Amino acid sequence: MTRFLKSSILGAATLALSMSSALAVDLEFYFPVAVGGEAAATIQALTDAYVAENPDVNINAIYTGSYADTTTRAITAARGGNAPHLAILLSVDMFTMIDEDIVEAWDDYLSEDEIENWIGGFYPAFMKNSQTEGKTWGIPFQRSTPVIYWNKEAFEAAGLDPETPPTTWDEMVEMGQQLTIRDDAGNVTQWGVRIPSSGFPSWLFTGLVAANGQDGLANDAGTEVYFDTPEVVEALEYLVSLSTEHEIMAPGILDWGATPRAFMDGESAIAWTTTGNLTNIRNNAPFEFGVGMLPAKVRPGAPSGGGNFYLFSGHSEEEVLAAIDFVKWATAPEQAAEWSIATGYVAPREDTWETDAMREYAQEVPGALVARDQLEYAVAELATFEGPRVTQILNDNIAAAVVGDKSPAEALADAQREADAILAPYRQ
Amino acid sequence: MIKREWIHAWLLLLPALVLLFGFTHIPAVQTFIDSFWSTPRGRRPSTFVGWDNYARMTADPVFLRVMTNNLIYAAITIPASIAISLWMALFVHRRIMGLGFLRMAYFTPTVLPLIAVANIWLFFYLPGFGLFDQIRGLFGLRPVNWIGQPSTALYSITAVTVWNQAGFFMIFFLAALQTIPENLREAAALEGTSRWTFFWRVTWPLIMPTTLFVSVNATINAFRMVDHVFVMTQGGPNNASALLLYYIYDQGFRFWDTAYAATLTVVMVVILAIIGIGQFFLLDRRVHYR
Repeated sequence: MTRFLKSSILGAATLALSMSSALAVDLEFYFPVAVGGEAAATIQALTDAYVAENPDVNINAIYTGSYADTTTRAITAARGGNAPHLAILLSVDMFTMIDEDIVEAWDDYLSEDEIENWIGGFYPAFMKNSQTEGKTWGIPFQRSTPVIYWNKEAFEAAGLDPETPPTTWDEMVEMGQQLTIRDDAGNVTQWGVRIPSSGFPSWLFTGLVAANGQDGLANDAGTEVYFDTPEVVEALEYLVSLSTEHEIMAPGILDWGATPRAFMDGESAIAWTTTGNLTNIRNNAPFEFGVGMLPAKVRPGAPSGGGNFYLFSGHSEEEVLAAIDFVKWATAPEQAAEWSIATGYVAPREDTWETDAMREYAQEVPGALVARDQLEYAVAELATFEGPRVTQILNDNIAAAVVGDKSPAEALADAQREADAILAPYRQ
Repeated sequence: MIKREWIHAWLLLLPALVLLFGFTHIPAVQTFIDSFWSTPRGRRPSTFVGWDNYARMTADPVFLRVMTNNLIYAAITIPASIAISLWMALFVHRRIMGLGFLRMAYFTPTVLPLIAVANIWLFFYLPGFGLFDQIRGLFGLRPVNWIGQPSTALYSITAVTVWNQAGFFMIFFLAALQTIPENLREAAALEGTSRWTFFWRVTWPLIMPTTLFVSVNATINAFRMVDHVFVMTQGGPNNASALLLYYIYDQGFRFWDTAYAATLTVVMVVILAIIGIGQFFLLDRRVHYR
């Protein structure tokens, strides 16, 4: 027994010695993967490359499931006093994180020069969901925006110009009618358009709202929502009319996850989904396809989306600075270009698009540029305090209108009333 | 002298007790206490609110919808699973060609994780090009958006549950059938008893303990098996397929309203306790144990 004790004490002492001699800063970093493919491997490769360049820092990159799983794990870990240093979470979770009081504003650790040149270098569209109360809470990284994908072969077969996608709501209806094909029994074999409505329909719906002239669905402080304005009601009426009045979209709730499959199988000729699916569709679609901006009503418009880096509270200054240094490195042009090309996410800074790798990629995949050009018209994604709950209220009511349980005006009036009740305490 | 034995007894019980209290009893009591407090946020600490959370619950239309859904879900999955599993057990309890293969085929759905099952069924249900609609297409029937319309969404996920758990219950029935002595069957044959009478008068009473066990499990599963809801419908459209446990998860881990989630959990535990006690005390009298 004594002998065993002695040897284990000796072992522990040696271990402690060897650890202190390295003097490394250990960072923990949670990341989600929301699109298929290379994302997880690319993040691992990026952190490995950083650690190789900076031997005094050790980064433990932990894959934590979907966005929702990652948020759950980060909040649980932070409540347990064991927060990660960094996590990539949805940009719209900003208010939840502030409300939980578990994240730090980046500005407090940055010099004036860094705030101007580094923070200032991101596209303003991506900073809309990253700043509030005059501070920066998220650094854009895994960012996306919805676009339309159209099947050029189906366009040609329907007698349309395969190089011209619909650019307005009316054009989408007209082209959709030509693209919707029925067999002799009257069953549809190809739908004109697919706007998925399962899970989080509010995101694509924000694209319709923006196109109809309203800048998003909430204020910058996250305390007010604008669900029942005439612009929003009209947007929902248009969405519903696609399957009821015009019959160019399948009725009922259309699954988000099955949308790339439905597009590639020829079930729908036009599909609305994220740029994050670009690489997947490019690799697997058996036909030529195009990528275009969301159609306009009174103006072009789309929401931004995706994830930001968050800096968690409860760590030493040395660790926080090391974490910031890693994020600055990961968002630098070379690394951001590599990340964007591997996944299809939109590079969030102008300087990334000026790298050689990115120029080559844009030449090869013109669709990638569409997302960047659309940023000019981008509005904020719906983000408020109690964000998931408020978003769920809107999602439920959009679904109720889509399946015909409520009229669009009723659904949105209900959504406004319920959201107001939840947000009231935050308005004092 | 007594003390020493008592200490030994407690020491031996200690590991099990620590686990039981740490993971079952203390959380249950804590949940009950939490249901009388407001949800703490980083900037606003928790306060005592009495019955407020319960009042909110009874006035919550989504809660009422979720409870209704769960009752329908239970009312279908429990009898359907028992009936189908018993039928399958009777079917594979004979000497027929390919018996091993049949038994394995019936049991396979149970081996698959519910999440994987849900992903497969998601593609069965896809409107237009899913398996069911392709079959319907052969007969010239219109495509149906099974999980995307409120009238069929709940029944679609119910079918997945029955498919997934019936094979598991079949194993218990099969084991019970094999304990029925062969001489009873021979005696019944001599008397010229019909197969139905034999089943109703002999088999059914003898497997009653197994039926009780299976029905308790099916009841618990009706409140516990919600994994496929996450994959297939996320409770939609407009909560048409949301179940109680799914709603608790949403409140607790998506909206971080832990107090309200605790309140809902108390309701669920009370319901399960009443059903469990009722099944054991009422049905037990009618069950014939040997």
